[in-house]
Amino acid sequence: MITSPTVNQVGSLAWRSIVRQARQPAHVIPPLLFPLALLAVNSGGLHAATSLPGFPTKSFVAFALAVPFIQGALFATLNGGADLARDIQTGFLNRLALTPMRSSAVIAGHLAGVVAQGIFQTTFYLVVGLAIGVGIHAGIGGGLVILVLAALVCLGFGAFGTFVALQTGSGEATQATFPIFFVFLFISSMNMPRNLLGHTWFRIAATINPVSYLIEGFRSLVIQGWNFEALGLAFGVAIGFAVVAITLSSLAMKRRMTRT
Amino acid sequence: MTGGAAIEVEQLERAFKDVHAVNGIDLQVETGEIYGFLGPNGAGKSTTVHMLTTLLPPTAGTARVGGFDVRHEGPKVRRVIGAALQEAALDPLLTGREHLRLQMSLHNIRGEARKARSDELLERVGLTQAADRKVRTYSGGMKRRLDLALALVHRPRILFLDEPTTGLDVQSRSALWEEVARLARNEGVTVFLTTQYLEEADVLANRVGIIDKGTIVAEGTPAALKATIGRPSVEAVPLQRDHDPRVLEVLRRFGEPIASTRGVAVRLQDGLGLTDVVRGLDSAGIEVEELMLHAPTLDDVFLAKTGRLLEGASNGDQPS
Repeated sequence: MITSPTVNQVGSLAWRSIVRQARQPAHVIPPLLFPLALLAVNSGGLHAATSLPGFPTKSFVAFALAVPFIQGALFATLNGGADLARDIQTGFLNRLALTPMRSSAVIAGHLAGVVAQGIFQTTFYLVVGLAIGVGIHAGIGGGLVILVLAALVCLGFGAFGTFVALQTGSGEATQATFPIFFVFLFISSMNMPRNLLGHTWFRIAATINPVSYLIEGFRSLVIQGWNFEALGLAFGVAIGFAVVAITLSSLAMKRRMTRT
Repeated sequence: MTGGAAIEVEQLERAFKDVHAVNGIDLQVETGEIYGFLGPNGAGKSTTVHMLTTLLPPTAGTARVGGFDVRHEGPKVRRVIGAALQEAALDPLLTGREHLRLQMSLHNIRGEARKARSDELLERVGLTQAADRKVRTYSGGMKRRLDLALALVHRPRILFLDEPTTGLDVQSRSALWEEVARLARNEGVTVFLTTQYLEEADVLANRVGIIDKGTIVAEGTPAALKATIGRPSVEAVPLQRDHDPRVLEVLRRFGEPIASTRGVAVRLQDGLGLTDVVRGLDSAGIEVEELMLHAPTLDDVFLAKTGRLLEGASNGDQPS
């Protein structure tokens, strides 16, 4: 059962995580700007795709706005994972281990910081999207669901980054997972609906790639409204990934924190 | 806890695969005592501290800290101890005050009590002026003092300090010694201090345990340990190295030879002094570059027990 002291401890670690990120411009500015820059480049280059028969919207920006939500989660994850690896290397994790904190509270505090950063970034992308004329078809409620889904994605990705950091104890190894995540992102439906992809290996890969379903969940709220099938798949993938990743990170924490 | 043992260790062992970092040590530290754990790099000092602070399970043996078994009562042990480990594990992006705030939250100290304790500790370690500066701007000594303050937030009865003054300048070292001595003297805190500095153990510790290659080779008060060596030694550095055998021949008349890194040395026989040696060398017509009289030190104790000098000694690749 979560007790009040545990909530207090988790909150304190989350506070530290957020303060750390906020005081490192390199951890704040690129995650805000790079996804939007990529959105601008893709929208400029691929706008003609909206003329294809069956393309679901006339605005490629609205179609692609879902991608920054995933990229933002990746940045938050990698920065958070690298910070945890640094804590291992500097002995800060030992300092935490000497307090009455449970190891699960250490993970929870760390992930709470990652999720908070992810929500902040998602809100920023949403505001920018609205400012440049993208409407959220599912309305204000849809915007809130986007934030909840983004939080879940950050939780899952963040837990995976935590797992890598705990397993390797190396910031470099944690950062090295970034290209792997990006491969999954690019081999997905990020730039084209799956039904418009040719019957090639790419379409098969995009169909079995869980990232496609996360993007399509976000996208449905922006360009369609309430598509419960897309949302169900997105939440299912996000929750499933989070459960697996949190389990892995908890096991890794037990191995790393060998206190009696 | 009033009186009695604060730390009791019996046949404590820790192995890392084939390497026995700590090899069946026994020790007892009384409440309110400062116990100096002296040894070269890789001797097993930090591994012992990690076991006693519950961070590392022992491979064999038992240890009780504050009356609790480190193997089976980890959370209870952690409640009564504070520790400043070898790495001053601080976050360069947080301020000193923020570190204290975080540490107290993790120990469930809240509200006014947290603020009052934070101000008190900052004052005590001399960081009030620098409290709101980020730690990355702190000097090594300031970081160590903050580390000590963090170890004290929950008023521990037993304090573990793992090489707290390594790398510090003389002034910072003295300031930290003063605070550690005050903690033991005024607050009755038991201090388990590891160090590779002879002077630190000599000045601070009520008792000293000397560890080498995972085994305690000597234990006692600094005075008692030095008394086991008993007599002073004389070390002569000849003008020319090839005169070493002649110098040794003369010095043998005054005592038994011991190891010397610079020339020739003997432990003086009872009743003999430096004057006798000077006369002996003079009558043999031998000139020396330097002639030194050494009172027994803890290094002599280490040398006598291990055959090596502590300063600069290292136990190779063993975990420390």
